[in-house]
Amino acid sequence: MADALLQMRGITKTFPGVKALSDVNLTVKRGEIHAICGENGAGKSTLMKVLSGVYPHGTYTGEIVFDGQECHFSDIRDSEKRGIVIIHQELALSPYLSIAENIFLGNEVVHRGLIDWNKTNAQAAELMRRVGLVENPTTPAMEIGVGKQQLVEIAKALSKEVRLLILDEPTAALNDEDSAHLLNLLRGLREQGITSVIISHKLNEIEAIADSLTIIRDGRTIETLDMKADNVTEDRIISGMVGRDLEHRYPPHESTVGAEVLRIENWTVHSPTQQGRKIIDNANLTLRRGEIVGLAGLMGAGRTELAMSVFGRAYGVDISGRIFKNGKEIRLRNVGDAIRHGLAYATEDRKRYGLNLIEDIQRNVSGASLEKLASGGWVNENKEFEVAERYRKDLNVKAPSVASVTGTLSGGNQQKVVLAKWIYSDPDVLILDEPTRGIDVGAKYEIYTIINALADQGKAILVISSELPELLGICDRIYALSAGRVTGEVPRAEATPERLMQFMTKVKE
Amino acid sequence: MSSVAPATGGITTNTAKVPGGGGPKVANGRFTINLRQSGIYIAFAVIVLGFAIATDGKLLGFQNISNIIIQNSYILVLAIGMILIIIAGHIDLSVGSVVAATGGLAAVLMVNLDIPWPLAILITLVAGGVIGAWQGYWVAYFGIPAFIVTLAGMLLFRAVAMQVLGNQGVGPFPDQIRTLANGFTPGTLGNVALGPLGGADIITLLVGILACAGMVVMQLRTRQARIGYKQSVEPFAMFVVRNVLAIVVIMTIVVQLARFKNLPWVLVLLAVLVIGYTLVANRTVFGRHVYAIGGNLQAASLSGVKVKRVTFWLFVNMGVLAAVAGIILSGRLNVALPGAGQQFELDAIAAAFIGGAAVQGGVGRIVGAITGGLIMAVINNGMSLLGASPDQVMLAKGAVLLLAVALDVWAKRRAGASR
Ligand SMILES: Nc1ncnc2c1ncn2[C@@H]1O[C@H](COP(=O)(O)OP(=O)(O)OP(=O)(O)O)[C@@H](O)[C@H]1O
Ligand SMILES: [Mg+2]
Repeated sequence: MADALLQMRGITKTFPGVKALSDVNLTVKRGEIHAICGENGAGKSTLMKVLSGVYPHGTYTGEIVFDGQECHFSDIRDSEKRGIVIIHQELALSPYLSIAENIFLGNEVVHRGLIDWNKTNAQAAELMRRVGLVENPTTPAMEIGVGKQQLVEIAKALSKEVRLLILDEPTAALNDEDSAHLLNLLRGLREQGITSVIISHKLNEIEAIADSLTIIRDGRTIETLDMKADNVTEDRIISGMVGRDLEHRYPPHESTVGAEVLRIENWTVHSPTQQGRKIIDNANLTLRRGEIVGLAGLMGAGRTELAMSVFGRAYGVDISGRIFKNGKEIRLRNVGDAIRHGLAYATEDRKRYGLNLIEDIQRNVSGASLEKLASGGWVNENKEFEVAERYRKDLNVKAPSVASVTGTLSGGNQQKVVLAKWIYSDPDVLILDEPTRGIDVGAKYEIYTIINALADQGKAILVISSELPELLGICDRIYALSAGRVTGEVPRAEATPERLMQFMTKVKE
Repeated sequence: MSSVAPATGGITTNTAKVPGGGGPKVANGRFTINLRQSGIYIAFAVIVLGFAIATDGKLLGFQNISNIIIQNSYILVLAIGMILIIIAGHIDLSVGSVVAATGGLAAVLMVNLDIPWPLAILITLVAGGVIGAWQGYWVAYFGIPAFIVTLAGMLLFRAVAMQVLGNQGVGPFPDQIRTLANGFTPGTLGNVALGPLGGADIITLLVGILACAGMVVMQLRTRQARIGYKQSVEPFAMFVVRNVLAIVVIMTIVVQLARFKNLPWVLVLLAVLVIGYTLVANRTVFGRHVYAIGGNLQAASLSGVKVKRVTFWLFVNMGVLAAVAGIILSGRLNVALPGAGQQFELDAIAAAFIGGAAVQGGVGRIVGAITGGLIMAVINNGMSLLGASPDQVMLAKGAVLLLAVALDVWAKRRAGASR
């Protein structure tokens, strides 16, 4: 049991201008669940990409020994042949293909050169049963939620006779229930002899599931711990990750709440795809100067949809209701209107909706406020540089310079660039959708500090988050949303997870 | 409109961590990127040199340089509009037909209706804009892919060209138009002897020298400003080498042209367009929005970019430039033909992609597209000088297009997985 399935020795990997990994060692024992922790940009994803052949042999130095054999993978297929399967941070299902097709994509069940659909669907059903996914194998992937898509990815891995399963932040986008299911599934797979490596910023999950843990900081291995023998706690992990003790998870803060800034009345939004379906049902919200307000809700409650529909009707059709800014009614017909009226919305999906991944930090930071940097339509690039550089330092974005392309930044640092873009637009109302998704504890603390400072400047802030402790930790007041309706409003003093949960799960009588 | 930047002083967070790592170890990264972007110019230089040697210098002869410019000017004008459209993630297949339609309109106005040429040019340009607006409407506001809209446009405007011209060639054009398309700046200041090179036009030389001086001054000022803002700049030696190289190239061409018949008017026009559009693409809000749309459509629209409006105007712009090309082409041939401009769209698109545009959009430069167009022009011209047949020329052009894009894709993949 204690012998090593995988050994990575002295792995060093450089990108132009960045040393992502230097002399990293990783030993994974047969049949265990091995967690990797580290701050944003520490090199976790890069290490796994080296392991799975995304970065082929020769583009890094060091050696990989899998099951006693040294490996020189030239691409992902190569590593998959040996039973190493990686599920990336961003899911990669083909939206129009069915679940079964996705599972066997690139690995089709063929009979005499033709796809055997009966067998495909039957085998898919069997794999789906193993991962506990209750759906029809012929349902298109886009019609199931993220949690279930994650299970499809795992089923896909199982179809490839996986021996080492790598999951890069699998629960980042999942709600608690789906996360719990996923973790249970990993335990089940461990029983069947499948070894897993899991990367996560949710330390409570790691504490709950991992057998051992490797901590990476600034591209170096710091330590490998045995969860039980070393009696590892969350605080222990944090101090390993950031190199010092973190006293509080949430910076202490007293808000000075002022006058009402934004009031949303009787807001109703319909689905753009399903005719007549109400996504938001008669919602009422108020935001005040200097106040941090939370918006809690389960997956599918309509939090993002509410925010986006308010933000210049960026989501939804047949929208009704009124919006008041500083007491006066305003009409926001498009995103430009919303920005002009001092609204900002930082999206939850930074890759798809937040960033231009082929451009550099500088041009992303200025993206929503070019007018401020321009006179007569001409952009002052030097001023733009200065602004971007200042935010890079203030928000502590880990990148060699503002000329770094955002697509090459680690997830957490991309998030900071999105934040910088909206802070620079200098809004009165800042809506932050999952501002700390996929962000490490240290950076989370920084982001909370930023949010507090923005509130102190008199901005009204609305934070959408799936993590209740986060909302409880930073908000002055929390709204709960359930199935598109505001079901509760709780001030900080009275907020408990149980109380919020009650509102969040309340169904229409 | 309060202060320009919010009071960020207040949000500085504790930056006690991240030792090293964030330092400006940029030199290495910069250089590789630069090399990749310069690849196209190096390729161009190699191709020019190769053909110059193979043709015993005929390629760089004064008359030949002038010919290359005049014969390809309309493609280069189209390439400018095309690259912007491609950067935004669209395509325009109709430009060849629009060239014929607008060229035909110009001919009918000037030749059949005797409308004074400045007014006729104006009307033609507006017509080009209207054609672009038509296509822009369907693409931007109706949401039909540009591929389809402009494929339809390719047929539609060819039909318009035939209709307008009554299915026959219309000409000849007024002298002014022919001068614009075919002629040269007047040698008012006379000639100067350049030793063994013989006589050369003074105005042409002056323009060349002024252009070089202007270029150097502009770059120096940009550089000074960057240094003032504590941004990284290339080493001064590199700066000097780059500028000297550029001056040598420009002055070689200018001297050759001065020895021949002075500056072709189309070259003047092209220079103005290239400089103007480069500034628009890089320095204006509009240009930035074009790149933003091509880079990530959703992110752009969630950042307040008026995606539809920008797309619409890109097509209007393309229509106007196609009209410019239409006037130049028919002026040069001295007749407007219903079948003119066939396959121009393909040359313009090829120029953009050889010049470094990305199929997914978001990437590309005006100067790149011009260089791409010139690469094809030189191959065309050089091979004809060597007596190659049209099929061989076509073969070479096809190969170059594929090779250029393949190299680009390969370079990107290397960059992703580089050591
Ligand atoms: N293709 C690339 N080109 C240049 N730099 C890169 C590239 N990929 C990653 N990097 C850099 O390597 C470092 C490590 O990135 P990596 O994605 O492995 O971090 P991570 O530990 O997974 O962070 P996160 O928790 O935010 O996902 C970062 O500084 C990142 O900017
Ligand atoms: Mg990562």
